[in-house]
This record gives sequence, structure tokens and C-alpha cells, in this order.
Amino acid sequence: MTQQNENRRLGIVVSGSLNKGLEVRLDSSASVEDMAVGRYVTIEGQMRRFFGMITDVSLGVIDQKLTVTPPDVSDPFIAEVLAGTSTYGTLHVLPMLTIGGDAVSLIEGPQPVKTVPSHFSAVNVASQQDVELVFGSEDERKFYIGTPLDMETKICLNLEELVKRSNGIFGKSGTGKTFLTRLLLIGMLQKGTAANLVFDMHSEYGWEGRSEEGRKVKALKQLFPEKVAVFTLDEESSRRRRVSTDFVVRIGYDEIEPEDIGLLRQTLNLTEASVQAVYQLAREFGDRRWIEVTLGLEDGDETRQLLTRLSIHDSTYRNLRRGLETIRRLPFLLPHAPDNPVKRILEYLDRGMNVVLEFGRYTDITAYILVANLITRRIHSQYRERMEKAIGEDIAQPRPLVITIEEAHKFLNPEVASQTIFGTIAREMRKYNVTLLVIDQRPSGIDDEVMSQIGTKITCLLDNDKDIDSVLAGVSGRSELKSVLSRLESRQQALIFGHAVPMPVVIRTREYGSAESYKDFIPSEQIGKAEKDIEELWE
Amino acid sequence: MKNMDEVQRVGEVIEASTTDFVAQCYELYQSPPLGSLVKTRDLPLELYGIVYGAATTSLEPGRRPIARGKEEASEEEIYRSSPQLLKLLKSEFSALVVGHRQGDKLYHYLPPKPARIHGFVYLCGPEEVKEFSQSFDFLNILINAHLPVSTEELVAACLRQMSQVYEDRRAFLVTAGKELALLLSGNLNQLKAILGRIKG
Repeated sequence: MTQQNENRRLGIVVSGSLNKGLEVRLDSSASVEDMAVGRYVTIEGQMRRFFGMITDVSLGVIDQKLTVTPPDVSDPFIAEVLAGTSTYGTLHVLPMLTIGGDAVSLIEGPQPVKTVPSHFSAVNVASQQDVELVFGSEDERKFYIGTPLDMETKICLNLEELVKRSNGIFGKSGTGKTFLTRLLLIGMLQKGTAANLVFDMHSEYGWEGRSEEGRKVKALKQLFPEKVAVFTLDEESSRRRRVSTDFVVRIGYDEIEPEDIGLLRQTLNLTEASVQAVYQLAREFGDRRWIEVTLGLEDGDETRQLLTRLSIHDSTYRNLRRGLETIRRLPFLLPHAPDNPVKRILEYLDRGMNVVLEFGRYTDITAYILVANLITRRIHSQYRERMEKAIGEDIAQPRPLVITIEEAHKFLNPEVASQTIFGTIAREMRKYNVTLLVIDQRPSGIDDEVMSQIGTKITCLLDNDKDIDSVLAGVSGRSELKSVLSRLESRQQALIFGHAVPMPVVIRTREYGSAESYKDFIPSEQIGKAEKDIEELWE
Repeated sequence: MKNMDEVQRVGEVIEASTTDFVAQCYELYQSPPLGSLVKTRDLPLELYGIVYGAATTSLEPGRRPIARGKEEASEEEIYRSSPQLLKLLKSEFSALVVGHRQGDKLYHYLPPKPARIHGFVYLCGPEEVKEFSQSFDFLNILINAHLPVSTEELVAACLRQMSQVYEDRRAFLVTAGKELALLLSGNLNQLKAILGRIKG
């Protein structure tokens, strides 16, 4: 062990502060080019060990003249002599945790760092054991999500902790958000920590999706057929893709409430006055009938009189009417739905199933916002009731529910976050066992208040400054993490920080998509069985 | 203590101070090479010095040699036809004191007392050079000494000499170079000059 540490020695701490991180001077035996931001190091202080992350690598010279008149480094001898003496590399290390040597700290595990190691403490590359000590190993609550850079150690997320708060997955398009989400959902299914409701805009989570290379990738229902129900808005699309669906969602006009329209103001291009008019119409005709009646209004004196009575301006009416027509064109909306999708979803959730709602062809944001909001609002009120009942009657609390939404900035932007149910859930629903899994590529579009409530953030590469700032707002060691974040590789790498991990961590995402990888999630005979079932179904 | 007969006796101290000593060679022109490690004894101490200069002059300061070779066929002939010359000339070398040994311990700093006049001076053998060069603390004395020969030349000559006893010369020189790079961090030109002289 000591021998190993000797070999992995990087350098010594030469200066620094808790706030700004430590400067580590590299030994001449350690090459700057072998370093990488995001890698872990341990620092051997006198009393305790520190665990930190490399956040910057820089070059130093002992004498500024060297930069003006560089020596003849074409001579290997001179180059070798100068390396590590006159010219040297420095690392910027952000200390994150301390690992005490005494018995108490062994039980309590790593603690957040509150001081810095003393001068000239030795800095080593963190060993597998160190990383394991910090992130724990896979067990019934912890799910293996990936490995740290250049290491084989498993980084595990504590899913039980994770689902206690709302979480976010961010990243530019094409950086692997979908894969990460799939992994997390599988983790939650595997560990059974929460029920999931996924609003699956691009139909990727329920049944087969495709990787960027065009390879088919299995999704939840193929891996856990007994635990997942696929609901669809677009039966045809599902059938074409040979998805075995459990329920076709049809929504009646009577389900749409004025608040739902308010939320669609931007996407339907409605004016503020139109939204007000909706409330007036709803008051006039009743919450359940107003859309049907409004859509049925014909141009004529009667309508004009009605509008005058409600003091709705003609242009406002036209504006609203145009918006409602857009909604009416959505094929899954019927004047009267044969079944109540919310009830069904709740039934499934109550049975311990996880529900994926596929949108099929209806990937436009109007449909997504309308449906997601409508369903979630009702589920939210149900959960609220149950939770209150559970508290009042001292019975078992409802199982935690995680609602996954994509394109989250459309729901949670500052203009609508205060009105939508998702804003409410993000802010307070933790208490009612409902949390969000927010997936987005423009986190800067999400309301600050909501962002600040997100417990664990998993972010792939982001390169827009605003997005990076909004993701990292309020995190200690922000500027350091910023440099790490903007240098992630564009695929299969993510930075995780927040509630569910003891310290920010850059991971190489766990392999997902090969036959081998599926085996790790479930026993192999189950894979065969599921596929066979499906084949039979379509014969 | 090592047997003195095993090492080569090269001269006798004729002038000594705390920082250096001058020795006369027993044979004309037989002074040790520039930069080599020599030692003299002043029991219980052994003083180590680095040869920083050598000179061959007339025995009498006022009497300069004159050219004698006009009629001779070769240089050797001059000495053969005037054998007294060997007695009228002398070779001397100066060494900078860089450390001492007391008992079994080596110290890379100045001894409490200067060398004794008429102390014998020996050229250190390979094992002793190796032992002495385990530490580069003596480089500091070399660099800071004010000598007629330039510091760069002396340091380079010394390291070249020492490196000869090592199998891996280059590794030794790189380590020494790194030490110099730290010592001469404020004097890049000097460092460059020395490195240029030892890289070969």
C-alpha cells in the first residue's frame, strides 16, 4: 500500500485556501500531461487525509527570464534537468472531504472539509479504495451509475436520498442526457426506491430507443416487463414500433381547466387578455364544459352579445379561438373521453408499477405541456390528500413518486414556474413524497427558485455560459467546477453534485446498450422471457 | 578509516586557510585534474577539497624560465639536456575545502580548522567520490566561492569528474543539474552555462 502510494505521488501542497483551493507543486517525476481536471487526489495532512479534485492544471517557471529566453530544450539533457526544477507544473486542487484516521470518523465516513492540509503535505492520486470509501459500494440502496475518470471504481448514487428531492439532468443535446435518464430510471426500478411517472416526449424510455450510432437500445419495459406499464397518446405510432402498450390515453375537453390554458400562453401565442377571457368563459359555462361551448360558438349576434356581456374584446376572442383550435387539432383530445387516464395511471402506480407515457408523433410542445401538466396536477392533488391522510391517521405514507419531464424550461421558466404544478412540486412537494426528475438542455431557462431547490444535479457538457452559471449557482467551489464542467467530453461524461453524492464527481457513465450491460441490471433469463412474450404478442 | 596507501598521494600542503589549501606536487606537472576531489588529513579530521587551479612556476619567484629549445630537436630534448630544470620548477595546485569527515560521518561543510602544512594530499578513489557525491550540498560552496577560475568552469569540471565514477553518468548529471537549477534559480545564465558544459 505504501509502495503503491509512493508510485502515485504527485507533489506537495505549497499554498492555498479553503475557499480558493490548494496549489500543488508537481514533482518532477509527475508529468503535467498526465493530469486531468476532474481527477481525484488524496492529501496526506498531519492529522487527517483530505480528499479533493483537480480543478486546474498550470505551468510555472522559477524565473520569469525563462519565459523570455527559453532554454534549448531540443537537448534532452537540459530538458530533463529543467523539468520539475526551473519549470514545473502546478495543480489546483479543491479539497472536498476529510477522512479522519480515528475510529469515530471511520464510522461517520468522510466529512465535508472545514480546513486545509498543512504546508508541503504530500499529494497522491486517489486509490480505488479511497474512492470506494467516499462513494460507497453498490448495495440495495446505492446504484452504480458510472466510474470516475481513469478508474475502475464504481461511483454509486444513493437513490433513497436522491428521490427525496427533485433532481435535474442537464446537458447540451447529444451529450447523453437520455442515456443517463434511462440509467437512473432503471436504477430506481431495480432498487424499488420510488414509483416513476415518465412523460416520454420522444418515446425513448418505455420501449426501444436508439443510440446516436443508430444502434437499438432497450428501454424500461423490455428490462422490467412486470414493473413497467407503457401508456401512449399515439396508438398508431406505438403499434408501428411494436410496442406493447397497456393503455391508450384519451383526454376529454372536460378535463382541461383554465390553468392549463394559462400555461400554454406562450406556445399558443395567446395574449394576457385571452387568458383572462378563459377564466371568464369558464365561470360562465363551468370548468368542465367551457371548451366545448367556446369552440361551438358561431359568428353571430348571440356570440357578440355574449362577448359584450363578458366584456371580452373581439380581437381577444379571435386570439383565444385560434389557440383553442390548435388544441382541438390534437387527435388525442376528444369532447368526452371514454376513460379517465389519471385514474388509470394512479391505479398502476398504486400497484407498484411504473408508468411511461409515450407521446408518439405528438412531440410538439403544446401537447406535451398540456398533457403533462393536466395529468400531474391531478396526481399531485391525489398524493397530497393521501399524504395528509397518512399523517392524520398515522398509516403508511404513499410510495415516493418521481415524475420525469423533458424540456423542463418550458414548464419551469420564470414566467410560468409560479403557476404550473411543476413549479409547485419542485418547491414543496418533497413533503408529499412527489419529486421531479427534470431533463433539460437550457437550464438557464429554468426559474432560479426552482433551480435552487433541485437536490442532485447531473450535468453533461454545457458550453453556454448562462447555462453553466445557472446549473452551478450556489455551489461551493463554483469557479473550479465551472472549468471542470466546460471541459467534459461531449459523450458519456457527466458531473454529478448535490444531495445524493458526498462531493461533486465527474463520471464516465456506465455502459448501457450492449447485451452484456443488460445482464448487470437483471438476470439474463428474464431478458429472454420478455422478448419472447413480446414476439408472441405481435404474431 | 581507509588505508591511505590505497589512494594516490599527489602532493603536500604548503599553504592553508579555512576555505582552501595549496599543495605542491611531488612530481612536476603531476597535479590532479581540475575539479577532482582530493583530501588531506589533520587527525581526527579528514578534509576534502575540490581542485580549482594548478600552476607550474619557477622555484624562485623572481627568476623566470627562459626559452631553451632553439637548438633542440624536440621538447623532451630540452629537459634531457638540462636535467636541472626539473629541480628549478615546481607544480602546485589549489583546492577549495568543501567538506570533512570525522569518524565515519561525512559533512558537506567547512571543517573547524584549516589543513596542516605538510599534510599529505591524496586523490580520492572512485568509492570515496561516490560516497562524497551522495549529497550535493557542496555545490553551494563552489557556487559562492570567489575564485580566480570562473564558477561555471569549476562546477562543470567537478561534476564531469565525479560523473566518471558512476555507471549511469547521465542520471548522475541530471540529478546534479536539478540541484543546480534550484540553487541557481535566480541566475539563469549561469545555470545555462554550467548545463552546457556538462551535457556532453
